[in-house]
Amino acid sequence: MRTLFTFHGGIHPPQHKEESSRLPIAFAPLPQRLIVPLRQNIGASSTAIVQPGEQVLKGQMIAAADGLISVAVHAPTSGRVVALENHAVPHVSGMPGLCAIIEADGEERWFARQPIDYRNIAPHLLHQRLRDAGVVGLGGAAFPTHVKLDPGQQQKIQTLVINGAECEPWITSDDVLMRERASEVVEGIKIMAFMMQPEEVLIGIEDNKPEAIAAMRQACQGTNYEVVAVPTLYPTGGEKQLIKVLTGKEVPSGSRPLSIGVSCSNTGTAYTVHRAVNCGEPVISRVVTVTGNVRQPQNFEVLIGTPIGELIALAGGAKDDTRRYIVGGPMMGFDLPALDAPLVKSVNCVIAVSDALFPPAPPAMPCIRCGRCAQSCPADLQPFELYWFSQSRNFDKARAYQLFDCIECGCCSYVCPSNIPLVSYYRFAKSEIAAIDRDKKAAELAKERFEFREARLAREKQQKAALLAQKQAQQKAAAAADPDAAAKKAAIQAALERAQARQAATTPPPEHP
Amino acid sequence: MNSPHVQNPGSGVSGIMLRVLAALLPALAAYVYFFGPAILVSLALASVTALAAEAAMLRLRGYPLRYFLLDGSALLTGWLLALSIPPLAPWWLIVVGTLFAIVIAKHLYGGLGNNLFNPAMVGFAVLMISFPAHMTHWLTPLPLAHDGLSLVQQLSFIFGENLPIGVKLDAVTMATPLDVIKTQLSLGGTVGEIRDHTPVFSTLSGLGTQTIAAFYLAGGLFLLHQRIITWHIPASFLGVFVLTAALFQGIDANHYAPPLFHLFSGGALLGAFFIATDYVTAPTTPRGKLIFGGCIGLLVYLIRVFGGYPDGVAFAVLIMNAAVPLIDAYTQPKVFGHKD
Repeated sequence: MRTLFTFHGGIHPPQHKEESSRLPIAFAPLPQRLIVPLRQNIGASSTAIVQPGEQVLKGQMIAAADGLISVAVHAPTSGRVVALENHAVPHVSGMPGLCAIIEADGEERWFARQPIDYRNIAPHLLHQRLRDAGVVGLGGAAFPTHVKLDPGQQQKIQTLVINGAECEPWITSDDVLMRERASEVVEGIKIMAFMMQPEEVLIGIEDNKPEAIAAMRQACQGTNYEVVAVPTLYPTGGEKQLIKVLTGKEVPSGSRPLSIGVSCSNTGTAYTVHRAVNCGEPVISRVVTVTGNVRQPQNFEVLIGTPIGELIALAGGAKDDTRRYIVGGPMMGFDLPALDAPLVKSVNCVIAVSDALFPPAPPAMPCIRCGRCAQSCPADLQPFELYWFSQSRNFDKARAYQLFDCIECGCCSYVCPSNIPLVSYYRFAKSEIAAIDRDKKAAELAKERFEFREARLAREKQQKAALLAQKQAQQKAAAAADPDAAAKKAAIQAALERAQARQAATTPPPEHP
Repeated sequence: MNSPHVQNPGSGVSGIMLRVLAALLPALAAYVYFFGPAILVSLALASVTALAAEAAMLRLRGYPLRYFLLDGSALLTGWLLALSIPPLAPWWLIVVGTLFAIVIAKHLYGGLGNNLFNPAMVGFAVLMISFPAHMTHWLTPLPLAHDGLSLVQQLSFIFGENLPIGVKLDAVTMATPLDVIKTQLSLGGTVGEIRDHTPVFSTLSGLGTQTIAAFYLAGGLFLLHQRIITWHIPASFLGVFVLTAALFQGIDANHYAPPLFHLFSGGALLGAFFIATDYVTAPTTPRGKLIFGGCIGLLVYLIRVFGGYPDGVAFAVLIMNAAVPLIDAYTQPKVFGHKD
């Protein structure tokens, strides 16, 4: 048995996993219209390389990676690009994003797929393949995988961690993927391990998924990969938390796991790595859990760009008392802005919400400093202190108490007996601090510009003065050198005196009252 | 709607306060058994005063009345104060103390969650300083009282300060064991002599009071089990307290009472589990709680043995309340991903 470590805090919210994990993964039918956002990753948006009106094939690149932290985007099916326009997308900001609207022709004609032999290819070409196949972290953050799998020159990777924890309630997409497609997930892990050459590969799965653990163990036979059942405790699936549990190492604040010789990727990501390399298929679909207040909760393999409303219909439709939809899990997910917002790579779950399943929080009471938030915080923060500082706009203190180490997992809000929406306060403070920093930077820049201008003006003035002085000195020297000039000066002086005398004679004496 | 979208189905602030009140019930039953129903009268007075004062202050400050009144915090303050002062006292004593606790110590400091000092202990300190005579008349345990007062007689004293003809206040009240020890030691007695010759003493400390203290301990363990409090404050408070008592007893057993006597006397156990653990006025970091509890334990002993008052829980708690912001600031735990 491997010795496991623990992180501080954590909570045990009700699981609600069985609802959606009873049925196998179903394939969602081809929608008529697909809405494909051009930005589906953390980092730079992709650049469109198709025009409206253009015909595209299934899997054809429609937007290319722009810069290092960016990946390509592909047509999920064959058809015609009818527009490039802003459309509602599932994003925590609720803001619309630029999307390619594709009308499916129903023929599903594939672009030429080119599998590659990863063992016999230059490493940079393998990275390029992942980038151009649009592979990103499917656990929710959508960080470009080729960047994660680039250890750099000097780094020695000790541990490759594969994250199958899936700690959020309700979500089962990784669970069913591992149950049904374990061997393909392991093929993907093999490619990742080949790229990183780690000393060990650890696959962490929460022990509430015995079938997934068994399937993955089966698929890992013949490799030296270790499937580790980790205790079910939210948020074990957080990257830094899982690394701590498996290796005992803490990723330093503000750093990436690579800095301590660890790389961590999601099981769903491993699956897409396998498809991209061994099958030549870009990321144009994913498994997503549709659950909550729907009639038939289930996991579906869905084309990227499918309107989420159609997914709800596939799951038997939402029950009448549904009030809204959560994208992601109940702990960290956000509200779906519109039912026609499309499925994107980072969406692992859609939950229909009713008041019965998700009772609205009672009104908030004052903080009584009970400290439960601090006892549950996996980042070892003092959430109530951060709340005081955020509420009173004491942002310097909030920063000093490490506000930016908050991962917004929601444990503090969950346990708060006063029902204070703590995470909302932290988001507010973080965005305010970011705005203050931006303003400060702008002000510094403006000051720099002003000071430069002042210096330039002063320098110019000085130069002018020097020039003038030089000129005067020259004139003086010239006057001294010229004998006529002295005579001329005396004549002028005499004339002036004459004029004054004349004026005095003509001016009447002042009147005396 | 912002994440998280789920909330622990716990019972909130009122659930916590009600469980703390419930944890006091066994001790209360013992109190009635040993000292008669007077405590129930003073609890009722404290409850009514606390709720009325809370309601008035909430209204003045523009808070939704029903929601905040039901949080149970004012009730708890009233109960803790009532359990800390002599039950057979004029009605206005507990009323004045409770009013001071709720109006001044709680609401003038900003209300629930904002007060620096423990409201019940502020109320106690005010009474102790302003009405010291009333604060020393503790009821004689019923088994020792020749003719204990009936409920009607107790009520008559509380509301009219009338005692039955021929009965003097001194006949139905007596000094607490802590008081006796303190006075007699100063008169030259030894601990052994005092205990042997004063009927109020029992196996551990006072007759009746030791049982009540034991039930406070049981209630405290219930709070620990319910995870309403953590072990840090009671453990460090009682640990330092008992160790200090043992140290002094080791030096001179004739002049310093044994640790168990101190532990089961006065407000030590009530203070360690129910008063010093008040969330609002205690530190929040684990190390901070240990420092806070330890200092209180030491101060309680020093005040009891070397100070002017027979017990020191209220003053020790108030002194340490003032240090809480500083303690918290200097005991912040290491944040994930930061070096020590």
